[in-house]
Amino acid sequence: MTTALTAGLGLKPQHYEAALACPADGLWFEVHPENYMVAGGPRLAWLEAIRARHAISLHGVALSLAADAEPDPAHLARLAGLARRIEPALISEHLAWSTWRGAYHPDLLPFPRSGEALARIADNVSRTQDALQRRIALENPSHYLHIDGHAWDEIDFLAELARRTGCGLLLDVNNVYVSARNLGCPAEAYIDAFPGERVMEIHLAGHAPDPNLGAALLVDSHDAPVAPEVWALYARLIARIGARATLIERDDKLPDFATLFAERERADSMLRTPLAVAA
Amino acid sequence: MNAPMNTPIPGTLARFQDAFAQALLALEATPAAAIASDVAALTAQPAFAVYRNTVMKGCIDALQANYPAVARLVGEEWFRAAAAIHVREALPADPTLLRYGAAFADFLARFEPAAELPYLPGVARLDRYWTEAHTAPTEDALDPAAVARLAPEALAGTVLHPHPAARWAWFADAPIYTIWSRNRNDAALDDNLDWQPEGALLVRPRDVVEWIALDAAGCVFLDACAAGATLAAAAQAALRVQSDADLARLMSTLLEAGAFSGMSFDHNQRLMEEHP
Repeated sequence: MTTALTAGLGLKPQHYEAALACPADGLWFEVHPENYMVAGGPRLAWLEAIRARHAISLHGVALSLAADAEPDPAHLARLAGLARRIEPALISEHLAWSTWRGAYHPDLLPFPRSGEALARIADNVSRTQDALQRRIALENPSHYLHIDGHAWDEIDFLAELARRTGCGLLLDVNNVYVSARNLGCPAEAYIDAFPGERVMEIHLAGHAPDPNLGAALLVDSHDAPVAPEVWALYARLIARIGARATLIERDDKLPDFATLFAERERADSMLRTPLAVAA
Repeated sequence: MNAPMNTPIPGTLARFQDAFAQALLALEATPAAAIASDVAALTAQPAFAVYRNTVMKGCIDALQANYPAVARLVGEEWFRAAAAIHVREALPADPTLLRYGAAFADFLARFEPAAELPYLPGVARLDRYWTEAHTAPTEDALDPAAVARLAPEALAGTVLHPHPAARWAWFADAPIYTIWSRNRNDAALDDNLDWQPEGALLVRPRDVVEWIALDAAGCVFLDACAAGATLAAAAQAALRVQSDADLARLMSTLLEAGAFSGMSFDHNQRLMEEHP
């Protein structure tokens, strides 16, 4: 996918038919592999049908790479099985944890970025890449909490993980914006410092103010169009690092396919002239 | 590279995750003193609620999606309150949330506020069967014509293999099938309901899960087939629970529904028949 350099869309069951029929050149789709780890049935059949026409990326949420434990071998085996079946263009995961002591917490949870965590996560990424026989890309998560115990800043931490394991990175520009707003640091500085040569994919999504705390806390809700500020950061990023496969993520308050596709077209046209878009 | 602010001691990450995971599920009213010191500074921040809400909402949404007939029967508010209690007892063990809730029917059976709705666990069981049928391996259903082509003398020793997506159950105490299918179909709830025992068969011969009512003889017949019994033995078992069972009609109903994926021949049976 890093050679295709086009824009893709998160694939939702409500859009299966439209996705399958869409003839757009270079269009690709991304799914959470956990939603397709089933023995058979219509979901898998749809994914295979769409895969026959479009490239697919598997974006995992449950390997729990930042847990102080090895990835669940059964889950890793299911992921490897799905990858053999779908032959995805790219596989990615998060710099976060979700499964802990056998219980899955459906979220991307934070941790103090310590040397201990770095060693553990590097080992987990290597195990994953060995099991999948390929490089994965690691995504920067959204942050909501001020954690005092960080020994590393996030970019250095991700760059060191990439150096130790050979993994790539997935830069979620919306997560950068949300985290910067929530933690009170400049999003532009993060975008400018991110190691561009490692970026295999970019994510764009919408966010929303927290229903209780209002604009003081932005939530990475994936329930709205990409915000203007995030488009501006995206333009700034690709002007510096060049075109990269870019995904529009939408998981809630789902509009029709055409509306999402229009957002995808905007990213796609920016990717065609990455140097011009920052003007 | 930033210099470490404090040197972590081994096991710090695991201790952090134990404390964080515990705080995620703690009730809002948990006193501050009860929260492990590793994460007390985090849980005190209003933003901690984002994680707490996301985890609970993700699990409850999954249960509501996986148990739609139960949710329609009890209403969304009751369902989500009950689901929240179940989530705290049994977080998903498997991140494929499409499969979450295997223990929900058992939970409802011992959930005191549900005691006056004794049919609820049965309805939950059929919702669960729908999920199991939906995600089962994809296989062609056995062609009824293939069975029709069998020589009459071969039939008794034939073993029919239930389709991997087929699920069936007999409910002796309540019309669970009618209650479930009406709520699954969004049908009106005020129709007359005959309070009688009922059975159900769910199948997925192609893409879509389908269901039909099944009598006690049919359920026992399928149990026997699943245990590897010959048609002769399965028929005897069915007749034991329902002496007037119409076995020819039952067979054709099951075959037309797509309840079987294959058949084999019990050679012992054949030998016994040829050399009694």
